[in-house]
Amino acid sequence: MKKLSKQSRTSFFTYGGVILAYVLLQLYNGQVGLSSMIQGLLVPICAYVTMALALNLVVGVSGELSLGHAGFMSVGAFSGTAAAIALQGVIPLAPLRLAVAMVIGALFAALAGFLIGIPVLRLNGDYLAIVTLAFGEIIKSVLNNLYVGFDTTGFHFSFLADTVSPRMAEGGKLIIGGPMGISGIPIISTFTAGVVLVLVALVVIFNLVNSRAGRAIMAARDNRIAAESVGINVTKYKMIAFVISAALAGAAGSLYTMSLSTIVANKFDFNTSILILVFVVLGGMGNMWGAILSATFLTLLPELLRKFNLDQYRMLVYAVVLILVMIATNNPFLQRVAGNAAARFKRKKPAPAVEGGQSHE
Amino acid sequence: MKKFLALMLAMAMVFALAACGGDNAETPATDAPATDAPATDAPADDAPAADATGAFKLGGTGPLTGGAAIYGTAAANGAQIAVDEINALGGIQFELNYQDDTHDAEKAVTAYNTLKDWGMQISLGSVTSKPCEATAAKNFEDRIFALTPSASSTAVTEGKDNVFQMCFMDPNQGSASAQYIFDQNLASKVAVIWKNDDVYSKGIRDTFVAKAAELGLEVVSETTFADGNDTDFNVQLTEAKNAGAELVFLPMYYTPASLILSQANAMGYAPKWFGVDGMDGILTLEGFDTSLAEGVMLLTPFNADAQDEKTQAFVEKYQAQYGEIPNQFAADAYDCVYAYAQALEAANATPDMSAADLCDAMIAQFTTMTFDGLTGEGMTWGADGAVTKAPKGMVIQNGAYVGM
Repeated sequence: MKKLSKQSRTSFFTYGGVILAYVLLQLYNGQVGLSSMIQGLLVPICAYVTMALALNLVVGVSGELSLGHAGFMSVGAFSGTAAAIALQGVIPLAPLRLAVAMVIGALFAALAGFLIGIPVLRLNGDYLAIVTLAFGEIIKSVLNNLYVGFDTTGFHFSFLADTVSPRMAEGGKLIIGGPMGISGIPIISTFTAGVVLVLVALVVIFNLVNSRAGRAIMAARDNRIAAESVGINVTKYKMIAFVISAALAGAAGSLYTMSLSTIVANKFDFNTSILILVFVVLGGMGNMWGAILSATFLTLLPELLRKFNLDQYRMLVYAVVLILVMIATNNPFLQRVAGNAAARFKRKKPAPAVEGGQSHE
Repeated sequence: MKKFLALMLAMAMVFALAACGGDNAETPATDAPATDAPATDAPADDAPAADATGAFKLGGTGPLTGGAAIYGTAAANGAQIAVDEINALGGIQFELNYQDDTHDAEKAVTAYNTLKDWGMQISLGSVTSKPCEATAAKNFEDRIFALTPSASSTAVTEGKDNVFQMCFMDPNQGSASAQYIFDQNLASKVAVIWKNDDVYSKGIRDTFVAKAAELGLEVVSETTFADGNDTDFNVQLTEAKNAGAELVFLPMYYTPASLILSQANAMGYAPKWFGVDGMDGILTLEGFDTSLAEGVMLLTPFNADAQDEKTQAFVEKYQAQYGEIPNQFAADAYDCVYAYAQALEAANATPDMSAADLCDAMIAQFTTMTFDGLTGEGMTWGADGAVTKAPKGMVIQNGAYVGM
């Protein structure tokens, strides 16, 4: 343990936590049985966790506020799902088809991220936030007007109006139907696949952050001028973070959509982007395990409130609890209490002293 | 210190709301006519067993909060009235549980799973189309029968033998409207304004245009709008006017329709207007000058001003309990519960039957039975789950719907 750096320790702690949670849940499900509600939520939670990790790479590590990440999620969702439906006859094995779909979703989202990144990453601060917001809405509008069909001769595309259906050969299927989105999606996402995706996202992010490129990204975040003065190509490194983040978001989108049987582009609107940003902010910017915990907690919270006869006030209570949590985590008094408790806990253990205070990787 | 105060205040709010929530959840139980079913809404965590109290567990999801809440709450209220009435008769007993899905497919699945944990035996599906597609897939997988009051898209029932609809399918509305316009010889040149990011609007528009072409109705202008630019319709109206449309078809909900009517009035354009069931509710819209809607025609299965005894009793009861005039969603949900009661009785079903057994019994009943309700007489269902009933043509005269 002593030889491991602080970063490695954090990353192993996070991998371990995710795997432990997975094993415990599987054991519990085997022995006692989880309720249908929780079982149904497992895959969306994995998707949201991956989204939070992806956005954390941009917001926390790269230091740029992106308000359009749901857009990349939708690009991945639509392309990945369309691929999964088209490949149904080619790859009969569902987990393999899911993996291929997620890779395709990630590639398309990365492409979208790259194209959007070219103009966007020349900006910084508030301007960047507003432009990403606009691009998120543009992606939504484009997908709302996109028609994709698939038949024996391959894919057919049309835009604005459905000219696909008449052109298709016998047995063809309209996959993406503009504002109707995709219907009748085969449900092939599994909790295991979700956990694997979360682990992949963690490996990618931790290895990036602890690499030369990662240090360059953080240098550009902390002081752009200083970073440029030592020869770091700021736009290039920001682009690396942005594209990787978009790819992860795309894979998460594919996973998410294939756990539901239907999807529309309007699902991935501004509100979803903000929701994911809330996960990141609550978990602590740049803090990966914090993002995992907050995404899980905030996805579960409104659903668990159903159990307490709060049906009608559920969303209101959710909002108030959110405010409460935000205040509590920023409350100096409570932070001091937590800090003291942590210090006392550490003193009892003769283990190697850990630096106090907030970690910031 | 200030922050600490804020914290305390927020906490106080949570508890206050929690208390409110508890109260409200209890009201329906106390309102319900005395049944032997005590209000035990604590969900059992173990495998859902058939309820011992002798009531069928009926569950549904709908947008009880959020932008589409008007539809979800109406359906939940309508179903509640029907359940209360049927329980009071003493024969078949129902226990109703409506869960909020905020008009979102993901939340709808969670709401559905919550109901499944609660032990739902028969389902009212979801109120809106997209969430219902998601829950219908679950209904099919779990073999729980579903009869949705108002989810009208075709994908809801497609390929599922145990999902049925109480409302028209979107395509049926479009072709029925075109047929009606043609049969009544209302116009030969028609304009369509539709919302191109809305499933409902697009579904109706597609079949309307197809049917119009078949019948020889000329669609001279077709313009669209979407979420976010649904406040100014001058461009669309000018185009329709210049193209010489005698009738404008509005396959949309009533909020944009009300704006279209007032803007057309402002620019002095007075064609015939033709709407669909989403137009229902325009007369009760706050701040809308109902004289603008004079002469608007719409096809809707339900009309709160109808003079028959059944409708009047329902409207009266709804107004007394919820303080507003019920719309078509409430009537559809009300009919759903009564259709269930009729089917369960005919099948001699008992509440201790499993959901899968009930599912088979219900499929057999619904494909063979005929049902008379608020939203139509002599309704029948096909094996594909679609309902057959005659749409009623309505026209707005003197601020009220009158049958055509």
